[in-house]
Parts: sequence; C-alpha cells; structure tokens
Amino acid sequence: MTAPRTLYEKLWDSHVVAELPGGDSLLYIDRHIVHEVSSPQAFVAMRESGRKLRRPETHLGVADHAVPTRTRGGEIPDPQARAQVAELEGNVAEFGVPYADLTGPEQGIVHVIGPETGFTLPGTTIVCGDSHTTTHGAFGALAFGIGASEQGTVMAVQALPQSKARRMKVELVGRRHPLIDAKDIALALIAKIGAHGAVGHAVEYVGNAIAGMAMSERMTLCNMTIEAGSRMGLVAPDEVTFAYLKGRRLAPRGAQWEAATAYWRTLASDPGAAYDEVVIIDLAGIEPQVSWGTSPDQTLPIGALVPSPALIADPSERRETEKALAYMGLQAGQPLSSVAIDHVFIGSCTNGRIEDLRAAARVAEGRKVAAGVRAIVVPGSAATRALAEAEGLDRVFRDAGFEWRFAGCSMCVAMNEDRLAPGERCASTSNRNFEGRQGPGGRTHIMSPAMAAAAAVSGHLADVRDFA
Amino acid sequence: MPNQPFVTVTGSAAAMREENIDTDIIFPARFLLITARADLGEYAFHDRRFDADGNEVQGFVLNSEQFREAPVLVAGANFGSGSSREQAVWALLGRGTRAVVSSSFGEIFYSNCLRNGIVPILLPKEDIAVLMDAAESGAVFTADLEALELRVEGQPPRRFEIPPERRMAMLKGWDETDQIVNQFGADIDAFEQRQRKAQPWLYQKEQDT
Repeated sequence: MTAPRTLYEKLWDSHVVAELPGGDSLLYIDRHIVHEVSSPQAFVAMRESGRKLRRPETHLGVADHAVPTRTRGGEIPDPQARAQVAELEGNVAEFGVPYADLTGPEQGIVHVIGPETGFTLPGTTIVCGDSHTTTHGAFGALAFGIGASEQGTVMAVQALPQSKARRMKVELVGRRHPLIDAKDIALALIAKIGAHGAVGHAVEYVGNAIAGMAMSERMTLCNMTIEAGSRMGLVAPDEVTFAYLKGRRLAPRGAQWEAATAYWRTLASDPGAAYDEVVIIDLAGIEPQVSWGTSPDQTLPIGALVPSPALIADPSERRETEKALAYMGLQAGQPLSSVAIDHVFIGSCTNGRIEDLRAAARVAEGRKVAAGVRAIVVPGSAATRALAEAEGLDRVFRDAGFEWRFAGCSMCVAMNEDRLAPGERCASTSNRNFEGRQGPGGRTHIMSPAMAAAAAVSGHLADVRDFA
Repeated sequence: MPNQPFVTVTGSAAAMREENIDTDIIFPARFLLITARADLGEYAFHDRRFDADGNEVQGFVLNSEQFREAPVLVAGANFGSGSSREQAVWALLGRGTRAVVSSSFGEIFYSNCLRNGIVPILLPKEDIAVLMDAAESGAVFTADLEALELRVEGQPPRRFEIPPERRMAMLKGWDETDQIVNQFGADIDAFEQRQRKAQPWLYQKEQDT
C-alpha cells in the first residue's frame, strides 16, 4: 500500500515526465493561458528559434490587461495598448492558438474565462504568465504563474522543470457571519501568516466551510494565495466543482465526463496525509477586513485603528509601518472607518465574478454613490457581464451612480485607461495594495465586493454589517 | 535563446533596507505596455528613482554616486514578490544587476532570475543585516556561482544554494528549451502516450456531444 498522499502530491506525481539529477522534476504542462502583456517576448523567442508550438490546442489566448473597459470594439485609443493587442492577435494567428476575441462572448480576464469555458479542469497542470494563476487551483488543478522565458519553454516542449513545494494545510473551522466573504478570510489569513508566510509551499484549503463555498469563493481564496507568497492554492474537486463545470464548452461530455469525474474524485487528499505546516483559521472570529498599508498583510478588521509605529517594538516592523503610513497618507491611531475615499473599483480576477457583483449590488441597491466618489464596476468577463445584465444588476449599479464597464483587468493593474492620480484613494476589490499598483502615487485599500460597495455609498471605508 | 554564461560578479552592493519590494516597485505596470525586452534598465525602480516631475529622488540608494552602478543588491525579505512579470528581471539586468541577496524571494521572480543570468542568493535574515551594513560601508562583494559562495571583504565566505540544473545552465549559458528537447524529448512523447490513454478528455480538440 502506498503512503497517504495530499492532493498536491497526487497532482505532482501524475505529471512527472522525468526526475532531474539535482532533485527537481520535469513536469508535464496540460494547459497554458496567454495574455497580451506577458506573452510577446515568448512568441519572439519561438519565432527566432524557428520553433513551433508542440500542442497549440492546449493554449488559450485572450487580451485583458491593457484593454480599455469604457467601450468595446473600434480602435483602442492608446497606441501602445493597441499595438500590444494587435501583436497578440498576430501571434495567436501565426502559431495556431485558440483565441477569445476581444469583442466576442468569451473574452475576459484570464482567470475568469479559463473556468468559464471549461478550459480549466481538475487534475491538470495549468500555467500562465500571471501570478494569479493560483486561482485555477480552486478546481483541484496544479496551477501556477510563470515568467515569459518559461512560457516559451512550455510552448515548445509542454513541460517545465520544477522544485517540489512544501505542503501547507489551511483549515477553516467555525461558522462565519453571513456577510463575511472569502476575501475577508483570505485577507485575515495573509495578515496572520504574512505576505511571505507561504513562500515555498503549496497551500491546500480544507474544512467544512470549503464544502459550502461556491466555486467563485474558492477561486477568490486560491487567487489571493499568491499574496501570502505561495504560487499554488488548492481545493479538492467535489460535487460543487463538477456542477460548475458540467456542460461548459471545453469540459468533457458523455462517457468522457463520467470517466473524468471518476478520476477527479480520486484526487482529494487521503486521510492521514501529512503536511509540513498547518494553519487553523476560526471563521467565527473574522470581521470584515480592509488593508491599510502597501503590502497585503497590512490588513485589519474595519473596526480597528490605523497602527501606531510608536507602539511597535520591532524596529524593522516599525520602519515598514512608518513607510506604509507615509505613502498611504494615514494618521496613526485614526479609525479605519473614518478614512475618506475618492474611488471605488469592483472587479478583477479576484472579485469580478457574478457572485461578487451580486454581493456588491445587494449593498448598492436603492442607495447612491456618495458625492465626490467615482465608482466603477468591471465584470471579469463578457459572459459575466451578460449574465449580470440579464439579472438586472447593471441597472442597480447605474441607478446607484456606478459606471458599468466592459470586461478587463481595468484598475487592478494601472496599465490601461483606468488609473488613480497621485494621492487618490481607492476602495478596491483587487488583490494588491502595492505602491503605485493602481497608478503612480495611488492609494489602495483592498476588501470584499460588499465592503467596497459599502465604502462607495458611505464616501469612506465602512462596515458592510451596518448595511444588512 | 542562449544566455551569457555567468561565473562570478564582483563589485559594490546597494543595500535596500525594506521588506516586500515587489515587482511593481521594481518595474511599474504601465511600462509593461513596452513589448521589447532590451533597454528596460532605465525603468528599474522608476517611481523610487524619479519624482512626478522626472527629477531624481535624493536619498534613494541607486541614485547615489557610490551605488549607482552597483552590480549587487542586498534587500529585505520577500524581494520580487507579486507579479510574475519577467520585465522586473530584465530591468535589473539592464541596469547592471547580476546578483540579488535576500532572506526570501518571490518564487516566480526567483525562477525568472535563474533564466536570465541574475544570481538570487538566499541567506538567513541575520546575515542580511550584517551584509547591509557591509554594503553601506562600501565593502566589495563577490558572488561566485561556480563555488556557490558569496564573498564579502573582511568576512568569512557564505555558501548559498542554486538548483543544480539551473546552476549548470547558467554557468554554460545553455538554453533551457534546447536542453529539455535534447535530454527528455523521448520522455515527453512517452508521457503523452500514457496520459492520452488514461485521460483521453485532455486530448480532444473540441468536446463533442
């Protein structure tokens, strides 16, 4: 009998092509998602070396990062963005990569359309030149971000040398308040273990709370895993996973579906499987979270005060806190709920799915965006946008004074038209509060979609529980 | 594409006494619209080096006369965290960085360094504090990939680890894709045959009803 294995070990073992002399392994890569920003140099390398894609049908191309979201169709105004999208379109045509057209029904953020199309499947290895590839781990796939050089390797040989990660189990116990979202759980975890607390680990989420979570919430958890330093978040596939995937365009059908689900059911970690680290999160103790600093672990419950450097004993932590407060323009000891905002961004690969939009719409409904606040809602995909419109969510948002946009990365990444001006402050459902992430000098507070909507109608950071 | 072989780098080291220097700080996202990979050095740490009017920020270590050309960086924990953008590494390379020393690295950044001739040197936190002091006092650093040693004037040599295949590839300037094709091409074929049998749904070009 073989020793009990974790989900991660099963995914790893089933993709080893060869063991390398130094202890690493060559892993087979099943799927690769290609976007306009990280892929151009990989295609150049392919062209210069005269290589072809080994299996073009295992790649999926889409433009998401640089694209404008105010309008769709017609010429992209920014010449650099226009050239970058054109370059992607040329590359996918030349190399035979399936492509979700910018104006088509399957366009959207890489980590939203992979699952929506059924390109993302349990038991697979999935890579993308994008760190939030962790998202796809929610399906029980070994999914991780890579650089452009590695993308070129995957294109040519469908394999990558990898070092095996340590195993971390994050166990969610207890019951959460109904307005506590997967984003709050993710932020509370990152605040607890630190922005590099999971470096070198594959993180598997377990516990009863996971079983009760929709795929959207599981994706939010896995998406944010990179913000704790881990390249891989994982959830074992179950009936919720299968119900989500069934009937999607690229999901197996008929007898293939039966065979696939039978295999996928074997992937869950075995009873007694060992982990190198175990972290337990009690959901009963989690309040709505907001980040106050410039690293995702600089996060506190909304009822807290901005930290006071003078009270911090550790000199390095004190220095980091002072630096963050200076950048963020916050006063030590100020209540977080008093912090006034200029912008609200609801969207991104973390929180741009239909469930996220519904949660935000519940708070926005019948209310108005506060005077002086600009609020935008950017669906994660064209399909999500269409579904939201069918449900009337666009009306709810527009009536409340939000802008209703086309799909894209938008203000998560400050490389398209949606950017903060220096000093502007944003309540954002994105994943990174890094310096300049939403525009040079911009100040980002990350939070859940419902919390962002609460901030929009309040004009300052606010507790969503006051809007129940 | 073959890379320049790497053996050692010797020179001054710039100390960056901050944690969590993410790849957005190293290479701000708006410059990702540039699709070339050459000449990105001018954008390295752009928003730390320049103010909103384009003037150099006094006090930023890479703007000082002494460390402007430093080929080694010594940084706080979690250097290169965040985005997978390889431009962060190309920009560092473009400004002449050949070795980065920290107590932890963003994993994708680490991996990108190894594919572009930058040596990421992982050392315990206590060592980083000592090395920052040495760097600021102007000590000469030597990162030796052959010997896997970081040598700093006036201090005992420190050993570091690099995955053996990557170390060899860097020393020889080998291209990773060529290496895999030559050594493991048959293994990849065999893997696909096995997988096609076991999980045929992964080999259907279009899923039929």
